[in-house]
Amino acid sequence: MTDRPTALIAEDEPLLAGHLRQELARVWPELDVVAMAADGLTALRRGLELRPQVAFLDIRMPGLSGLEVAAALAEDWPDDADAPFPLLVFVTAYDQYAVQAFERQAVDYLLKPVDAQRLARSVQRLQARLAPHPAAPVVPTGSSTANALTQAVEQLQALTRSIAAGAGQEVGHPVARLEVIQAQVGHTVHLVPVDEVLYFEAADKYLRVVTADQEHLIRLSMRELLPQLDPQRFWQVHRGTVVQARAVSRAIRDEAGRVTLQLRERPERLTVSRLYAQRFKGM
Amino acid sequence: MPPMPAPMPPLFSRFSRFSRFSRSHLADASLGTAAHMLRRALWTALFSTVIGAVIAVLRGTDFWISLTYSYAIGLICWLLIDGSRLLLARWLARRHPERPEYAHGWPGWGPMAAVLLLGSPLGYLLGSTLARWFTGIDPHPGHAYTSDGYLVMLLVTLGIGATLTRIQYAKGQLAHAQAQAEAQRRQLAETQLRLLQSQLEPHMLFNTLANLRVLISLDPPRAQAMLDHLIAFLRATLKASRETGSHRLADEFDRIGDYLALMAMRMGPRLRVELDLPAELRERPVPALLLQPLVENAIRHGLEPQPEGGTIALTARREGPDLLLTVRDDGVGLGTSMSPPTTGGGFGLTQVRERLQTLYGERARFDLAPAAEGGTLSSLRLPLEP
Repeated sequence: MTDRPTALIAEDEPLLAGHLRQELARVWPELDVVAMAADGLTALRRGLELRPQVAFLDIRMPGLSGLEVAAALAEDWPDDADAPFPLLVFVTAYDQYAVQAFERQAVDYLLKPVDAQRLARSVQRLQARLAPHPAAPVVPTGSSTANALTQAVEQLQALTRSIAAGAGQEVGHPVARLEVIQAQVGHTVHLVPVDEVLYFEAADKYLRVVTADQEHLIRLSMRELLPQLDPQRFWQVHRGTVVQARAVSRAIRDEAGRVTLQLRERPERLTVSRLYAQRFKGM
Repeated sequence: MPPMPAPMPPLFSRFSRFSRFSRSHLADASLGTAAHMLRRALWTALFSTVIGAVIAVLRGTDFWISLTYSYAIGLICWLLIDGSRLLLARWLARRHPERPEYAHGWPGWGPMAAVLLLGSPLGYLLGSTLARWFTGIDPHPGHAYTSDGYLVMLLVTLGIGATLTRIQYAKGQLAHAQAQAEAQRRQLAETQLRLLQSQLEPHMLFNTLANLRVLISLDPPRAQAMLDHLIAFLRATLKASRETGSHRLADEFDRIGDYLALMAMRMGPRLRVELDLPAELRERPVPALLLQPLVENAIRHGLEPQPEGGTIALTARREGPDLLLTVRDDGVGLGTSMSPPTTGGGFGLTQVRERLQTLYGERARFDLAPAAEGGTLSSLRLPLEP
């Protein structure tokens, strides 16, 4: 069992998911497809559970997009695991900016409908990268895991930036900046100036809005919130956390490389995921 | 008596070179300036020649002297009146960029009356003085500025000036109307293009084709049926983008049915469809593909983002004198009250509103609201008898 390479397929359209699986079975018979996910959240959960070596991720999926799944996998992938971070192949029917970004970052991608020859080339590349290098010195597994992960994180950071830039060109009019948060509690609506918010934290379907002495829940997703905040003032530090930069007093890096933030006006510490850790470097 | 040709039209090329006047909204006014100016100068010269000749014949004065007077007065009046008109219009256009008549070189009748009343006597005075100096001959020694004849000639100058100004005004109006019609045509073409783009969204098209390609090997009869749906949908989309015609409500439901069949092929059991069209409403005419943007929104923003999918329901109902059409989904629902209304539903909903407004004015209504059982309900109310 350990000899067979493992894969996860995340695709919400059943016909296309079935087809990719079928085609993979033809060009890569040894590949063991350990999970099929029809939405982003399932893909993330199964990915972390089963730790496949390869992940085929559709870009547009319900729940989380393929890119969001990849970013979340990179954030939560355990450091000390035997399993290295999966090789990613993005799948899309038509996403102009995403395809441009994949090409720039040399990330593998497939266009739907998946063409057998193109898939065979992709599989060759994946096999070459999975094969152990006989000439390479034997290194402790922990460090090679960390390497693969660092590399994937850097690629994903670059991808996210260039896709966001591309999508920005498409949006005709910018979204208005949020000035005041309106948080409803029973029949009362509390108005909280955005400036007073120290950080936002995702909690299931809600967002926690935390100020120096209060906190509120609002029904808004992180995805809806982010475009309405000034990115110079509010920094995303984790997929579920956005902090106001001036609320942070210090960023502390532990020996494992994990970064945590200390706030000026709150006792709790915020964790910075490895996707955003590069933001906290000395000037 | 000296001849009395009078002025007219525009452009006085030197003025258009004044860089401080060269604003972009004046661009079309100064476009073709040279050609217009030449034409008006020729008209002024022609007028002056005719009037000079008529006066020479009527009064028996020397032809060349008559012509010199006629030209001098005519051209100076033209310079004064037309130059003032242009300068005034440009000055006004700079202060009121929203008034198109200024940009087209028309300052309005008030300022023009003042220009005519001042410009005609001044042009007459300067012109005849210039001609007297040039020819050394005064055809009316002694009483040129006091006689009744002078008054008559002044009125004639004024009359001609006013007439030609009126012509200029009409031309300006025409140019303005043409520019407006052109702008409307452009806007219509743009709307049609955006309609087409929104309905032939590449993501939808490529995903559908990818599914079809797989289906061909799995289930050829079903693939053929899907291809027929795609063809019918594409044909209707292209037709609706070219002409803003109407078709039967039954056709509308069929075309929406084509679209939903394609989406059901893609989404599998995640998409459930309910169509309810009472038999007595089948023949009613409705604007072609009016419901399509609403159905597309329900799927794209309501059901597709929801992992478990959901149901989309279309109904048609008669309510008094109105036809009530609804599209309901039990998807993720409209954005929370937190999200600003900037989204406004994007182009699809704007387009539905615009079409209703154009076709029915105040007699039609469109509402988008959270549905009672979760999800979103869009409802259209239009008069049964158009």
